[in-house]
Amino acid sequence: MWSKFPILPESASTVSGQIDALYYFISAITVFFTLLIFVAVFVFAVRFRRRRADQVGEPIHGSTALEITWSVIPFFIVMTMFGWGAWVYFHTYTPPPGAMEVFVVGKQWMWKIQHPEGHREINELHVPIGRPVKLTITSEDVIHSFFIPAFRMKKDAVPGMYTTMWFEATKAGKYHLFCAEYCGNQHSGMIGWVHALEQADYEAWLRGSPRDETMAQAGERLFGRMGCASCHREDNTGRGPSLRAVYGGKVLLEGGAAAVADDSYLRESILKPALKIVSGYPAQMPTFQGQISEENLLQVIAYIKSLAKKERTATAQ
Amino acid sequence: MSTTVTQAPSLAPHDEPMPKRHYLNAGNTLKSWLLTVDHKRIAILYLLSITFFFFIGGAFAVAIRLELLTPAGDLFQAENYNKLFTMHGVVMIFFFLIPSIPATLGNFLVPMMIGARDLAFPRVNLLSWYLYIIGAAFGSYSILMGGVDTGWTFYTPYSSTYSNSQVMAAALGAFVAGFSSILTGLNFIVTIHKMRAPGLTWFRLPLFIWAHYATSVIQILGTPVVAITLLLVGMERAFHFGIFDPKLGGDPILFQHMFWFYSHPAVYIMILPAMGVMSEVVTCFSRKRVFGYGFIAMSSLAIAVIGFLVWGHHMFTSGQSVYAGMVFSVITFLVAIPSAIKAFNWTATLYKGSVSFDSPMLFAFGFIGLFAIGGLTGLFLATLATDIHLHDTYFVVAHFHYIMVGGAVFGYLAALHFWWPKLSGRLFPEGWAKFSALLVFVGFNTTFFPQFVVGYLGMPRRYHAYPEEFQVLNVLSSAGATILGAGYLVPMIYFAWSWKNGKPAGPNPWGAKGLEWTTQSPPLTENFPITPVVTEGAYAYAGSEEEVH
Repeated sequence: MWSKFPILPESASTVSGQIDALYYFISAITVFFTLLIFVAVFVFAVRFRRRRADQVGEPIHGSTALEITWSVIPFFIVMTMFGWGAWVYFHTYTPPPGAMEVFVVGKQWMWKIQHPEGHREINELHVPIGRPVKLTITSEDVIHSFFIPAFRMKKDAVPGMYTTMWFEATKAGKYHLFCAEYCGNQHSGMIGWVHALEQADYEAWLRGSPRDETMAQAGERLFGRMGCASCHREDNTGRGPSLRAVYGGKVLLEGGAAAVADDSYLRESILKPALKIVSGYPAQMPTFQGQISEENLLQVIAYIKSLAKKERTATAQ
Repeated sequence: MSTTVTQAPSLAPHDEPMPKRHYLNAGNTLKSWLLTVDHKRIAILYLLSITFFFFIGGAFAVAIRLELLTPAGDLFQAENYNKLFTMHGVVMIFFFLIPSIPATLGNFLVPMMIGARDLAFPRVNLLSWYLYIIGAAFGSYSILMGGVDTGWTFYTPYSSTYSNSQVMAAALGAFVAGFSSILTGLNFIVTIHKMRAPGLTWFRLPLFIWAHYATSVIQILGTPVVAITLLLVGMERAFHFGIFDPKLGGDPILFQHMFWFYSHPAVYIMILPAMGVMSEVVTCFSRKRVFGYGFIAMSSLAIAVIGFLVWGHHMFTSGQSVYAGMVFSVITFLVAIPSAIKAFNWTATLYKGSVSFDSPMLFAFGFIGLFAIGGLTGLFLATLATDIHLHDTYFVVAHFHYIMVGGAVFGYLAALHFWWPKLSGRLFPEGWAKFSALLVFVGFNTTFFPQFVVGYLGMPRRYHAYPEEFQVLNVLSSAGATILGAGYLVPMIYFAWSWKNGKPAGPNPWGAKGLEWTTQSPPLTENFPITPVVTEGAYAYAGSEEEVH
């Protein structure tokens, strides 16, 4: 009977249990205080009901001790909630190093997903269980929100920036994927499925589905076609800095500031190159705003990322 | 207080005739209403206008609940459904809830409770009604021209670039109505500072006045920000100024900061006056001084101030930094404390009181219970980890309807029943009023409680069609809405009936304390024949006592 009327969605990620525990804790507090107030109102109203038409209440003004009690106790309770919630949130905010990467672009009204190996999906996401997966999310048009109730996870897809979200699925299955931020006409149709697969099934899916070149390969092609390579030469003899080892490192900027070369930094440098000028180089890179799609941009970044990886492996040897 | 107060509270129904001269018969022409500067007549103008918009907004809600009876989007097209929930929100928030208690009962009662003849700026008061009407006219125009589909939150860049609906007219409506709200707030603040009767010190003021003072502060400080925000949306839409749309070089998150900087405090614009009503009603029907006067008064101000610092809790999933999230989370929890203080104090007021179960008190009991649930469920949303899951689901819809309907509308109905005899000079049929309190309470819970559950199950808000497993809870919700709708219609009928046919109420049918009850019902245009002099604190039901600080 109860399985027909569940009160929780399926619990299928490493954090969903923690969030449910917190949910139960806050529910217990809510039920306790709601009952406390309901019962007190009921008992007082009945016990002290007006018995004679001219009866007045006793002249009680208040009690500072009581006021302090019912301020301080709730204060400690809500601070506990805050601490617990912030703790769980903190650990679900930053993806663990080495997480498998997937790239998500929302547009009215579909989710476009690319895997680094070159697989592409629409409104479907295949992931293995037992492995952290990091999503880098953006939007081509308006704000969307990538929501997987079974994983208790959600992150907005905001045009003009990257947001990230991560999860580790624990149970194989097929789970709802919703757009949670209202995005226009077919908002409620911007839905799909997340397929969490056993490792073997996941590998079978990888083998069985068609794929293009990898994202980095596609990015390399774009890097050449869009003329990036003419300035950003590998041997550092071009007009722009070499991008060989830039990803993940610190970049010194004109004016003495520094920036960490992550996805968002690379994105900004391609679309709005004038905002942060690398120290020692002239500010002459043209903007690529409006000339490159969000998906291609992710591929170029994947390529730049792969350069740094190659470089690191080379140095290590 | 003046000698008129010390007479025994009139407990028996009055058989005396209606007073010969009062504010309602001070003029019968249309002009005498449309050009009136009497705060009480302006209150009646507001009452009629917001009631009209309440039923327009309610009609949209009926349409929404009908569509959601089935999982498939089969009754309306997606485009029209999106317009329905947007216009439900826009109409209910900007044209009903924000003006509801302050502009009707606040307008009527603020001068009367402090023993003044009118507000400080009677003409500005009339201007604020006309601004409201102009704003509402733009809002209505947007509806008649096909409606707006952005959601009441007008999120960019959807509203500024992508939507093909009447965004400009709707935003202009909210923009103009905002100035009405600012002027009302300004008028209240000046009036409360400058026009209190002799002897009416700050800590003798009824808590209704404190609540309206806090509300006015938010109206003055917050509303200009939303006006600017809507103006910027309009400019981006009309002239492609790049402010919010990244394609034009803007930042869509900036909009959310600016919008919620007003719109979160706006929630307190809607709920604080209802809290003020609660303090009046609970004391009157317990016939007892309110418990913890000073704490209730100060908690209103605390809510107004802290309420300005919590806007970021609407943006936990927007890519906000983890530390910003923590700051907004902790401040949001702090605002729970003054709200809890109020709920505890109202409950404690009943203790050793002389509690009666008249209809305003039944609505007040409903308020305490529903506000408790609404407030406590806010904790799920203030908690970072749970909000990530619950944000933009039906849980949020349920939570704010518990505050906005369970809180603000129940407060409004309690107030309307409590002061109706003063407004109209007549009594309404009490049995029907009790029945409607029951209908509204049952209907409300049946409608919105299932939405907490369906929200945690993951149903996103603003969905035209939804997966089948959510249907049972949605059907329950729609069924409840039917009862709720009936509960709203019944008072409409008996209030309208009682306007001409109700028994004359006499000056003080509830035996309540407060200056407004010392004068005839309906009051004279000048409120009091002679300026009252106050000699005691508020709610001196057990006779004149030492006042509390």
